[in-house]
Amino acid sequence: MRLTLRVWRQKNDRSPGAMKEYPVDGVSPDMSFLEMLDTLNERLTLEGEEPIAFDHDCREGICGACSLVINGDAHGPERTTACQLHMRSFRDGDTVDVEPWRAAAFPVVRDLVVDRSAFDRIIQAGGYVSVPTGAAPEAHATPVPKAAADAAFEHAECIGCGACVAACPNGSAMLFTSAKVNHLNVLPQGAPERETRVLDMVAQMDAEGFGGCTLTGECATACPKGIPLTSITSMNKEWLRANRKVSRD
Amino acid sequence: MALATRPDRRPTVVRTVWDSTIGKKTIMAVSGLLMLTYLAVHMFGNLKIFFGPGTFNGYAHWLRTLGEPFLHYEWALWIIRVGLVVCVVAHAVCAYQLSRLDRRARPVGYVHRRPRASYATRTMRWGGVILGLFIVWHLLDLTTLTVNRNAEPGHPYQNVVATFHTWYGDVIYIVAMLALGLHIRHGFWSAAQTLGAGSRTRDRVLKSTANGLALVLTAGFIAVPVGVMTGVVS
Amino acid sequence: MDHYTDYATGAPLADTKAPEGPIAERWDTRRFAAKLVNPANRRKHTVIVVGTGLAGGSAGATLAEQGYHVQQFCYQDSPRRAHSIAAQGGINAAKNYRNDGDSIHRLFYDTVKGGDFRSRESNVHRLAQISVEIIDQCVAQGVPFAREYGGLLDTRSFGGVQVSRTFYARGQTGQQLLLGAYQALSRQIAAGNVEMHPRTEMLDLVVVGGRARGIVARDLITGEITTHLADAVVLASGGYGNVFYLSTNAMNSNATAVWRAHRRGAWFANPCFTQIHPTCIPRTGDHQSKLTLMSESLRNDGRIWVPRTKGDTRAPGDIPEAERDYYLERIYPSFGNLVPRDIASRAAKNVCDEGRGVGPGGQGVYLDFADAIARMGRKAVEQKYGNLFEMYQRITAEDPYEVPMRIYPAVHYTMGGLWVDYDLQTTIPGLFAIGEANFSDHGANRLGASALMQGLADGYFVLPATINDYLARNPGHDTVDAAHPAVAGAVAETKERLHRLISVDGDRTADSFHREIGELMWEYCGMARTEEGLRKALDRIPQIREEFWRRIKVPGTEAEFNQSLERANRVVDYLELAELMCLDALHRAESCGGHFREESQTPDGEAARRDEEFSYAAAWEFTGTGDAPVLHKEDLVFEYVHPTQRSYA
Repeated sequence: MRLTLRVWRQKNDRSPGAMKEYPVDGVSPDMSFLEMLDTLNERLTLEGEEPIAFDHDCREGICGACSLVINGDAHGPERTTACQLHMRSFRDGDTVDVEPWRAAAFPVVRDLVVDRSAFDRIIQAGGYVSVPTGAAPEAHATPVPKAAADAAFEHAECIGCGACVAACPNGSAMLFTSAKVNHLNVLPQGAPERETRVLDMVAQMDAEGFGGCTLTGECATACPKGIPLTSITSMNKEWLRANRKVSRD
Repeated sequence: MALATRPDRRPTVVRTVWDSTIGKKTIMAVSGLLMLTYLAVHMFGNLKIFFGPGTFNGYAHWLRTLGEPFLHYEWALWIIRVGLVVCVVAHAVCAYQLSRLDRRARPVGYVHRRPRASYATRTMRWGGVILGLFIVWHLLDLTTLTVNRNAEPGHPYQNVVATFHTWYGDVIYIVAMLALGLHIRHGFWSAAQTLGAGSRTRDRVLKSTANGLALVLTAGFIAVPVGVMTGVVS
Repeated sequence: MDHYTDYATGAPLADTKAPEGPIAERWDTRRFAAKLVNPANRRKHTVIVVGTGLAGGSAGATLAEQGYHVQQFCYQDSPRRAHSIAAQGGINAAKNYRNDGDSIHRLFYDTVKGGDFRSRESNVHRLAQISVEIIDQCVAQGVPFAREYGGLLDTRSFGGVQVSRTFYARGQTGQQLLLGAYQALSRQIAAGNVEMHPRTEMLDLVVVGGRARGIVARDLITGEITTHLADAVVLASGGYGNVFYLSTNAMNSNATAVWRAHRRGAWFANPCFTQIHPTCIPRTGDHQSKLTLMSESLRNDGRIWVPRTKGDTRAPGDIPEAERDYYLERIYPSFGNLVPRDIASRAAKNVCDEGRGVGPGGQGVYLDFADAIARMGRKAVEQKYGNLFEMYQRITAEDPYEVPMRIYPAVHYTMGGLWVDYDLQTTIPGLFAIGEANFSDHGANRLGASALMQGLADGYFVLPATINDYLARNPGHDTVDAAHPAVAGAVAETKERLHRLISVDGDRTADSFHREIGELMWEYCGMARTEEGLRKALDRIPQIREEFWRRIKVPGTEAEFNQSLERANRVVDYLELAELMCLDALHRAESCGGHFREESQTPDGEAARRDEEFSYAAAWEFTGTGDAPVLHKEDLVFEYVHPTQRSYA
């Protein structure tokens, strides 16, 4: 296959960027999208041009490092991460636009690499259970209903890639935040910090400069792990509940 | 050994709500639902126009005497008006602030654009602006009668007929009511999510209710100008 | 070159920290003997932790909870992305919730036996003891393990073990455990007890006065070389499987931290012990950048076969039953498709070497579910393996319900690593190695679902207990500052190395060298090794290294975000580590676990251990690039589990 790539090139956070066009030849349909970029980068290196920087690591769809907007879609046309997207999803002669995640809270570091540390700070604000090592009770001391365990797992699957933010027209991080809030808040282990967790995480999310949620559903459509839109609804409920409880205390 | 990491002092609930995007959305949801309730009553009252000037004008007069003798003449109406103004202002201010925030959250857009989200979702902001302008016109037209030529205070039936005898009156009203329908369609469902009432099992019910409300209200409101235009109401 | 294989054998090595006495009491004995640091003094101590996977993340969080000041590093943009996240299967623990005869002693026994009697009994027993606490800790953190309807934890049996002791969270156990550790770490970051340095890669170890006192690191965004000084350094930087270029490791997993520590005096133990996983998706072409693992559970119902005749290019469906060779069932009639990982891998390699492999390049065998679908029905197969089938289809665009899967072995885990004593301390005082980075618990072969167990045991429980002893015994460190000659020297060397990489300005990319060394290692130091092949590799490696420094091309500069430079610098270390792996494989003229020497096999082609000569851990001391290292042997004594020869025929 032969493709024309148009890629966002930007030297660092201080310099302006622009789309640059690269013809790519000999693309095999079995290549992953990132392997296609690898071959382009090999060529660029030998031609003396700086290769395209992009985040990637596990290449099996679980680490959440890859972060490409391909033809306007976070992670591209398939519902998976860019590392699991294969070139057979494209046709010979296609022009493919590759851009970084776009959000004020995710500043561009270089080319297609962005800084997602805002997500880490949201977790640091309360996305945990305060249980120092050694302080845990016997695992079977608290049975967890299967439904709660399954619901927790569904939300815990979030890989923190940021596709939800990239896809949201408002650059909102509600889906990411709600996934962690719900994961811990449905479990009995998360109950003691249920209120403070949601209040602090939402406050941090807002402080990072993410936009508000207008429930367009773009986030859930782009999410490679299928975190549902109802996750946001549940977090709203938790947040309101927490405010009621805190005001009573 | 710093094990407790959370701040002991936390802002008041009012502060928390006002400072947070979810809080502002909550304000929008609550004010929106109040206005929706008002609109349902308003539409129901409007339909009395099909029963003739006597019924309609009588209904309008009753509104002013509502709550008597506990309340003075027109007090109930003013209480409702004040409540509505608070709702509209709160709704609009939050919408404005959230929109600015949303725009600031994506300072650089995508080069490759593709249509996103549903029609009703995308038109929330402009639809809201249209509705805001419409409310101003609507008040000037049928409450203060400022822009309604041939209007006479105390004759609401005749004033309504007069408005819908003009082509622009019909156009403004019908366009605004279509915008209202779209606004309710996404707004009602969205409010339910914001207030945490949505769930996977309830989603279809909520969506159908939103569609039903949008349809009934739009049709109910538009019935009046259509009635005037077709001569059913004259 | 010949002089590299002329290694000297130095003084034997003994683990001085493991106490004597009954094995079940040793950990308690050691913990009691270990000195403690007064809680008020802990915040005066800084500990560096490199890596944020299961071992590093849990260690950083726990040390901070104890009151130490922790400086933590990872090359990823977030500590949540460490490669532990990709582990699928589960985590073993001797909880015996099933009442099926499991016990700490049985887990200990299975692990020693599974490691083919090349691990240290004391360490393995401690691991089995701690396994039960890990589950408690993770559950309390909110790790959503699979549960039964009664609300209790579900377990499954894994990797051919006869008890059901593997706890799991669907196919994402590693992810969930890592997020638990990441969350605990995040809490400590928020509390100010951990200073997190993401996108910062350790490039050298600072040793002052014989003690590990810090690291030299590179800020991957700005390119700035920074030094970080501390009272102790913990390496939790993972394994070195990426020496092979193609492996199931993450693309950026690397050996630089351990190799640089090795160069500074930490001895490297059993580098040739690598685990090759039999069920990975085969490569599709030269563009292949990494390999994806498919859960081993597939072998429970799938049948493995290749065509009987060489070069049979018919579609699998067109090959009649009589012309298929279900080779595992034929060679190992009692275990069939369920033979251990190393045996299944080697058998696949053998049939492919005979020219009977399938798929592109003949590097694959069929894993066929046609019989399972006929027997259980498609629905049942879907329920059991649906997500794996989906993953396979996404990657290969073939429908495994219709066409048999194609699988091939791939490098998956490295049992070797820095030599550590019972306290997990390396041969450099103050330098500790935990998780896959050390060599201690898995011997020559790791059992399924044991990697997660070991990483968390080291990080949550072992290291936080043993590091106290070191810090308590070395309380009054002289302050070391950046001007100290040892520090300045390490910084200068690092800068010089990076600068040299860029200034060569040759005509080959780092990836091309990486691929070349990887192919060489796979060929000669992969699933089956021979003296002849290893000698060939040992001849070739210095040549590649020489060519590398002549022809490497790294665009850009050191002082910026430069992924090419990151890669090239990692390849530098692979080119040295590969040599040590081959030498270790050459010197160990026996077969054991993942190390199969063709010269040492039983008449029926199985691995033949040679306990009289090789019942030791081989710890190598670095003497210089390309110079013969010194071998130190730690004799392995088996008091509780007596070595037997494995047999699966």
